[in-house]
Amino acid sequence: MSHRVSIENTGESFACAEDVHVLAAMEQACCHGIPVGCRNGGCGACKVRITSGSFHTKKMNRAVVSAAEEADGCVLACKLYPQGDITVKALGRVWGAGTVRKSAHFSLDFTRPALVSQPDKET
Amino acid sequence: MAITGVLRPGHVVIRVLELAPALKHYIEVLGLTEVARDKKGRVYLKAWDEHDHHSVVLREADEAGMDYMGWKVDSPATLKSLAKDIEKSKLCTDLEWIPAGEHPETGERFRFTIPTGHLMELYAEKKYIGNNCGTDGQNVNPDPWPDGQHGISPSRFDHCLLYGDDLDGTVKLFREVLGFSIAEKIVTKADPNFMIGAFLTCSNKAHDVAFIRQPVKGKFHHASFELGSWEKVLRAGDILSRNKVSIDIGPTRHGITRGETIYFFDPSGNRNEVFAGGYIHYPDRPAITWYDETLGPAIFYHDRAINEAFLSVFT
Repeated sequence: MSHRVSIENTGESFACAEDVHVLAAMEQACCHGIPVGCRNGGCGACKVRITSGSFHTKKMNRAVVSAAEEADGCVLACKLYPQGDITVKALGRVWGAGTVRKSAHFSLDFTRPALVSQPDKET
Repeated sequence: MAITGVLRPGHVVIRVLELAPALKHYIEVLGLTEVARDKKGRVYLKAWDEHDHHSVVLREADEAGMDYMGWKVDSPATLKSLAKDIEKSKLCTDLEWIPAGEHPETGERFRFTIPTGHLMELYAEKKYIGNNCGTDGQNVNPDPWPDGQHGISPSRFDHCLLYGDDLDGTVKLFREVLGFSIAEKIVTKADPNFMIGAFLTCSNKAHDVAFIRQPVKGKFHHASFELGSWEKVLRAGDILSRNKVSIDIGPTRHGITRGETIYFFDPSGNRNEVFAGGYIHYPDRPAITWYDETLGPAIFYHDRAINEAFLSVFT
């Protein structure tokens, strides 16, 4: 049986069968509202808050979804299975269409931290 | 003997959320072989061309990621002296001796936490069980590869890439205490003394471990396994797709180390790599430098851009 999943952040919605996780259904539907990471419950990129609807989940990495967060309706979309129409809000960074940024000069935000030890000398 | 001291990465202990799908992944798809299980429920695996008892250990837990990485050293005397050197360096915390037998068929291990927050171990002894290539006993008149290979079947656990904050402290430890060299490094062009990434080797490999500076402690980017050729990397992609494994990127090539690669995720979201190629490193080989603005082709040479997952997806 298929249900409707809506992403609040982007207004996107797509169909998702009960035995397919929400992230896979989103990728199949060419939607991009939830960031895609490992797709296996480990990295936390696809963390969402359920704002309405019933669902069940499979085991998620406790390091990225605490028990308190889970009780509060925060889950990983890659471990989220709808049992009715549901609405979610993506909590992580929304990466936009496509996961590869085609820039030759990818800028990184490496802010220089206070060094605990001195930089290594070059040989 | 030219390669002395720390010889190679000997084991990596990976936390998995559920053991059954993890075993299917690491044994049937990746193609490692189960060697042993212990009373704590840990499962010990090896790749086909490794002679030592085990190289990959899976432990079921509520959190994914890496427990620790173990390094084989050349002798019990080296183990003792490196343990003293680590203590003297004051670069590490939580120094601890793990008794022989805590890992099956393995001698005592010296464990410590490095400045980037990762747990590392040194050990000198692990039982040789061989690669089953010998036709008249182990290592006698061997065939080039054994019967019974399955899945992707890499030859060995090769290296890890790890994320952590105090990159300078960890690089200092590996170079000045453990005898590693920097094969390649990523630095900011504005300040070439500020390192973003370090690819470190204790052998003739282009890297035995790599670290990237990120504002986290003890994080795991991937564990990598060696394949003999680019064609086998492509075949690995076929096997991963056939088994519907979550692929991160590839097959493609890294600028750093020149390796041909495919990144994918185990069922708990831990990243794995299988790769081929690279070059031979010698201690007098000049270190290669990459500037931050060229990080794209350094990591993924063909796309010339890192995918968003490279920096933000880790366990």
